[in-house]
Amino acid sequence: MILFWVLAIVMLASATWCVTATKPVYSVVALLLHFAALAAIYLTLNAEFLAVIQMIVYSGAILILFLFVIALLSSGVAPFSVGPNRIPNIAYPAIVLVIIALGFLTWALSRVVAVAPSGLPSGSTFGPAGTAGVFGSVADFGKALFTTNLLPFEMTALILMVAVIGVILLAGDQPIYDAPKGRVEEVRRQMREAILREGDQ
Amino acid sequence: MNAMAVPLSNYIALSAVIFFIGVAGVLVRRNPLIMLMSIELMFNAANLLFAAFARAWLHNAGHIFVFLVITVAAAEAAIGLAIVVTVFRSAKNVDVDDVALMKG
Repeated sequence: MILFWVLAIVMLASATWCVTATKPVYSVVALLLHFAALAAIYLTLNAEFLAVIQMIVYSGAILILFLFVIALLSSGVAPFSVGPNRIPNIAYPAIVLVIIALGFLTWALSRVVAVAPSGLPSGSTFGPAGTAGVFGSVADFGKALFTTNLLPFEMTALILMVAVIGVILLAGDQPIYDAPKGRVEEVRRQMREAILREGDQ
Repeated sequence: MNAMAVPLSNYIALSAVIFFIGVAGVLVRRNPLIMLMSIELMFNAANLLFAAFARAWLHNAGHIFVFLVITVAAAEAAIGLAIVVTVFRSAKNVDVDDVALMKG
């Protein structure tokens, strides 16, 4: 229980820091802290494999990707504009939304406590981690992933391949379609005229 | 041992608050990198909920779903960052408000 509260406070503080940090690098550091605390929470929930891939995929791969992009973009002249301060514009709607959200949250929590079972035994047991048949063990996870959920697993392979091809097309050296300068201007002019004509009607 | 040491509602509340911190990050910040990180925060809030419910019902379908979500999040982050790099190359400035070509 104490462990949960410590981790929850770490997660909330690092999430707030991530959102409010002035420099993106600080956000990445905050996010790293957040992911580490989340991995620890996964461990308390008997999800050992999730804790491991949380650290490897999120902290190891995605955050490094963010760091690379930050390093790449910061090598230019003036990379990041802070932008106008939007807090005054959204303050009142935000307060209203927070009150509504808290209302929903308390209502939903009261419902959940009534609905949730105190622990349905579904053939799973507890015991030393890593043994088959124990809830959350890697053996059970792999078995479920490669038998019942084989199709979704193969779909993720497809998604990753599409992402790789898309990233190469987007950010690769070769432009997808290099239109001549004059042609771009001509199309823009035509579009502007079409919009104006439509506005007249 | 079957019952959870921490009530399920604590996990739900934590997940909801983190999700809304992520929503606020997307709405308030105009730096696309921090907006992408806020989206990751929201993904993780959802994942936490999946893991908590998997533990409550002692069923590892939630774990499978978290695995799939993490894969999709990785693909999303890669493509999002590629778009940021492409926009930065053409605009020399990364502010989402300046990239309003498709706003209509």
